[in-house]
Amino acid sequence: MSDAALRPGATVSLEARALRGGLLLAFAVLLAGLVLPLGTLLLRAFQDAQGSFVGLSNFAEYATTPSLRQAAWNSVWTAALTTMLVVPLAFGFAYALTRSCIPAKGFFRAVMLLPVLAPSLLPALALIYLFGNQGMLRDLLFGNSIYGPIGIVVAQVFYCFPHAALILVVALSTADARLYEAATVLRAGHFRIFGTVTLPLARYGLVSASVVVFTLVVTDFGIPKVIGGQFPVLATDVYKQVVGLQNFNMGAVVGLVLLLPALLAFAADRWANRQRSGLISGRAVPYVPQPRRARDLPLLGLCVLVAVALVGLVAVAGWGSLVTFWPYNLSLTLRNYDFDQFDTAGWSALWNSVRIAAAAAICGTALIFTTAWLLERGTPGSALASAVRFIAGVPLAVPGLVLGLAFILFFNHPSNPLGFLYGTLAILVLNGVVHFYTVMHLTAVTAIRQLDPEFESVGASLKVPAVVTFRRVTVPICLPAILDIAVYAFVNVMTTVSAVIFLYGPDTKPASVAVVHMDEAGQSSAAAAMAVTILAITASVKLLQLATGGLVARATQGWRQR
Amino acid sequence: MSAQLAVAPAAATATTAPPYLVVEQVSKHFGTTIALERASLTVAAGEFVCFLGPSGCGKTTLLRAIAGLDPATSGRILQDGRDITFLPPAARDFGIVFQSYALFPNLSVTENVGYGLRGKAWPAPRRSHRVAELLELVGLSEHARKYPAQLSGGQQQRVALIRALAAEPGLLLLDEPLSALDAQVRLHLRQELRALQRRLGVTTVMVTHDQEEAMGVSDRIVVMSRGHIEQIGTPETIYRHPASAFVAGFVGHASQFAAKVDATPGSLAVDGLTLPCLGARRMLYGTPVQAFIRPEDVALGPSASALEGHFAARVMHQEFLGPICRVTLQVGRLQLEADVNPAVAPAIGEVLLAALPAERLMVFPRDV
Repeated sequence: MSDAALRPGATVSLEARALRGGLLLAFAVLLAGLVLPLGTLLLRAFQDAQGSFVGLSNFAEYATTPSLRQAAWNSVWTAALTTMLVVPLAFGFAYALTRSCIPAKGFFRAVMLLPVLAPSLLPALALIYLFGNQGMLRDLLFGNSIYGPIGIVVAQVFYCFPHAALILVVALSTADARLYEAATVLRAGHFRIFGTVTLPLARYGLVSASVVVFTLVVTDFGIPKVIGGQFPVLATDVYKQVVGLQNFNMGAVVGLVLLLPALLAFAADRWANRQRSGLISGRAVPYVPQPRRARDLPLLGLCVLVAVALVGLVAVAGWGSLVTFWPYNLSLTLRNYDFDQFDTAGWSALWNSVRIAAAAAICGTALIFTTAWLLERGTPGSALASAVRFIAGVPLAVPGLVLGLAFILFFNHPSNPLGFLYGTLAILVLNGVVHFYTVMHLTAVTAIRQLDPEFESVGASLKVPAVVTFRRVTVPICLPAILDIAVYAFVNVMTTVSAVIFLYGPDTKPASVAVVHMDEAGQSSAAAAMAVTILAITASVKLLQLATGGLVARATQGWRQR
Repeated sequence: MSAQLAVAPAAATATTAPPYLVVEQVSKHFGTTIALERASLTVAAGEFVCFLGPSGCGKTTLLRAIAGLDPATSGRILQDGRDITFLPPAARDFGIVFQSYALFPNLSVTENVGYGLRGKAWPAPRRSHRVAELLELVGLSEHARKYPAQLSGGQQQRVALIRALAAEPGLLLLDEPLSALDAQVRLHLRQELRALQRRLGVTTVMVTHDQEEAMGVSDRIVVMSRGHIEQIGTPETIYRHPASAFVAGFVGHASQFAAKVDATPGSLAVDGLTLPCLGARRMLYGTPVQAFIRPEDVALGPSASALEGHFAARVMHQEFLGPICRVTLQVGRLQLEADVNPAVAPAIGEVLLAALPAERLMVFPRDV
């Protein structure tokens, strides 16, 4: 080979090396933040407190402890009940948004997302205000206590509603109008069309929604912690074993048990998604609903009821946080927002949370989007790429509590060189990025796959390095998706409790954990105030995204206009 | 026909200069599937070559191997004497236009065309001058500031073309560049493409599944099927002297039927008829063959009676196609299509004399 042939080859391999380096970085992050911690968790479940291998004896102990078995059963039945309540409700709501002519769809869509922006503790606190020992409406429970399964299920319905509704809106909005025309021409009635066209098309969406809700409930920690009372569930058991009893090995066992439904759900969801992808052909004609009172009025009623419940619970929490002494002195005060009075961390907890969430949003988005691009376009086909692609899908199946537990077991290990991270903000940021990795990754992949697959080829033929094409073409086109990813990361890291409850240090306590602590200490007004403040921050960020979305679109998306 | 004009210079350069592009025994495997099996061909400098074949025949695979987008599994590719088989695309010297055009939607026409004109060799004034010149060349100067989505399909195609040509590559690769356009625009653009290619003298390889398009623009056509090269030749050679039954059936229109070589040298037996056939002269008696005849070659009426082996046929069907009328004839179990002048088209049901000229009947041994 001549020199002329060698030289360009050398510069190109430099570029290839840089791309590979980027992928290696992502691999390292996922290795340190997911694979190794989970591996440690797995090992610890088979060890005793001294670290020697004890086989399945931890599991045997678990299976023979009645209180632990009871907790597992409690988790399963509350999750199943919540799923049965949420999915039909969310289906009706999603159906109203996509298949009817009700007014104010934009408003209902915004209200639907409200619970996503709040920590899961917020509905639980609001329910305590209403139905708790000093609740205003406690007589409505006819002597039953809100502390326990009733409170858990009601709060979970609130918390899980948007997740189910979002999935069902997507499932219902991809309808093919031609099928409805065909059914109408064949003289099928409204109910027959609903049963033979609408439901079959939405069935995988229903499977996905049910699976997601079930997993969310089983793995959520905040709600049972606040409103569960003496009712044990898996998630609170892990906390008790680790924080209360310092029994890390039994904690690891419960964590693995917790991983089980999540893994099953993950597999079921994958299956449902695969089935669904074949249903809609590329030439589908979008369905446009026509007004029909008999359908629209009841649906509007349902939407109003749901909206009142969602907004109402948030409003109650907000009101409760402003009340002097619930329910005896209802005069308004800002005293509950003086967090320094109630918790050692005080306002600095909020500041911690904002810093963690912002860092996770910025670093996480940069890392995840670049990695997704490398996997799709930069260096496809290598073994490393396959490994990263596989690991990127795993976090979705790992509950936050399990990830948090895996983190302490791994980073707290005396011989771990990364141990210095423990108790810093960095570990909370890493945890946040890894915890929500999959959804961000999938959003990025979806955005990148919409680009012409030949962009990089054209760039290469014009001798433009792939990195330049990434900067000049890929990123500007995908900017709306990138913003979505960043806001998603910010909101979720800001509101999560379960993953960080084990990980904060004395100076790095996040706001969501402060809510738990203040509630534990009986300062429920201050806890509600903190939860409302978190909601205010996430809602402002979301509104900021909507507001700047227009500006960003005008600056970078002008080419979309014809 | 344009091809006849171009054959001469291509043939002349082949004797004096080495070919510009040499593909030697190139194979491409995807796992266990073989997309391309030992393809060999040469392209002379300034030549316009088409890879023609049905989808899945390996034509795009071969183009992508030449571009380095999916490097060949084995074999050798030389461009201008340099071995490029395993070079990455960026180290090669070519421009490419994809079926989708792959125009960057967020960049204006000017930015798209100037995308590859970067680095020290292209300071801003030189770049803008070159872009303006190219836009002028294809008549898009007034659209310079628009985005791709604001252009028509034909305009987008031209932008993609001049973007590929901007840095004056030695080789232009076109991957079905016209197939996303309407029939009318397509015909017009194909002539424009050919004229531009001649003017610039750039060696060009185009992939297409449209045989009319291939015939219209190419100096030579490479007909491919199932990962193999079936034939390489000028459009006329491919049409008149197909090398295989596949080429005869794929290129142009032809009626085909199964026959056997008859006892008399140079004749075929089919369904009780004996047809003289020059192509069967060197075949053994009894060899099963597949025979092809183009509709315009079938002689009818008085001109048929002058030919040996004429027969009576009944008109079963007719189809008016504008300049000609295509009639379907039935002789026993044999069905043939023939082109006639619409003014003297026979009526359905009419029986008339027909003959297949011996030198026009194309025959290929059949695998049994």
